[in-house]
Amino acid sequence: MKIKVNGEFLTDFSGSIGELLKSKNLSANRVAVEYNGQIISRENFNSTFLNDGDTLEIVHFVGGG
Amino acid sequence: MLTEKDIFNALAERHGLENQKKFANSCVGIAGLGGLGSNIAVYLARLGIGKLILTDFDNVDITNINRQNYILSDIGKPKTKALYDHLMQINPYLNYELHKLKVTSENAVSLFSDCDVVCEAFDKPDQKAMLIQTLLPQNIKIVSGNGMAGINSANLIKTTNPIKNLYICGDNQSDISDGLGLMSPRVAVCAAHQATMTMRLLLNENNI
Repeated sequence: MKIKVNGEFLTDFSGSIGELLKSKNLSANRVAVEYNGQIISRENFNSTFLNDGDTLEIVHFVGGG
Repeated sequence: MLTEKDIFNALAERHGLENQKKFANSCVGIAGLGGLGSNIAVYLARLGIGKLILTDFDNVDITNINRQNYILSDIGKPKTKALYDHLMQINPYLNYELHKLKVTSENAVSLFSDCDVVCEAFDKPDQKAMLIQTLLPQNIKIVSGNGMAGINSANLIKTTNPIKNLYICGDNQSDISDGLGLMSPRVAVCAAHQATMTMRLLLNENNI
């Protein structure tokens, strides 16, 4: 399976968006995720399982303003 | 006493008449009036953006003065009111809508649905993510600040467009939770990036 995350191909992952975030040490309440061109709400991270050819953009927020 | 026409003409002389007409007919929301939001508000008021929706739940504190657009006599006042008083000294003929409240996933859409662009200027990362998750599905353009703490080069702060309708300004890395401070010039660079991208979007320049 091949998925594209922030422009880079990932071949060794299978699971949900929630699990992908966990594998990258990203906290689910600090990210915005675009999944195949649509923004996806946090409630759906764990129930959305990634398929071959999926594309994700993950923006991770840091503190300060 | 300067009239509305005096100020509009002066702005049009500097910005160009067609640009000024677009600015005057635009509405921008600013979520959070701290180091980013208070500076963004000043830049946008100087541009003559017709309507600014300004939201913050907090009062001005002595620890804000290092980087936020407030002065010592503002301490203790609501940020919305203190900023309004300053903006009125820049352009008294703009429409300032003030909301002293905490923006939540419940009220964000109704607060900002009339906006052409919303500037996300919170300091907490979960609040940033909440606002974007709430507004992006409504097809509202968002310009967000992400990573401006510390003393690294200003050149690391840039504008990107990783997701449709979402523009991110910052270095995407420096985090106050790593013990970094927030310094006026670097925060202002990030705020100026946000205000610049907002200006471009209002003029239909959608590229970063």
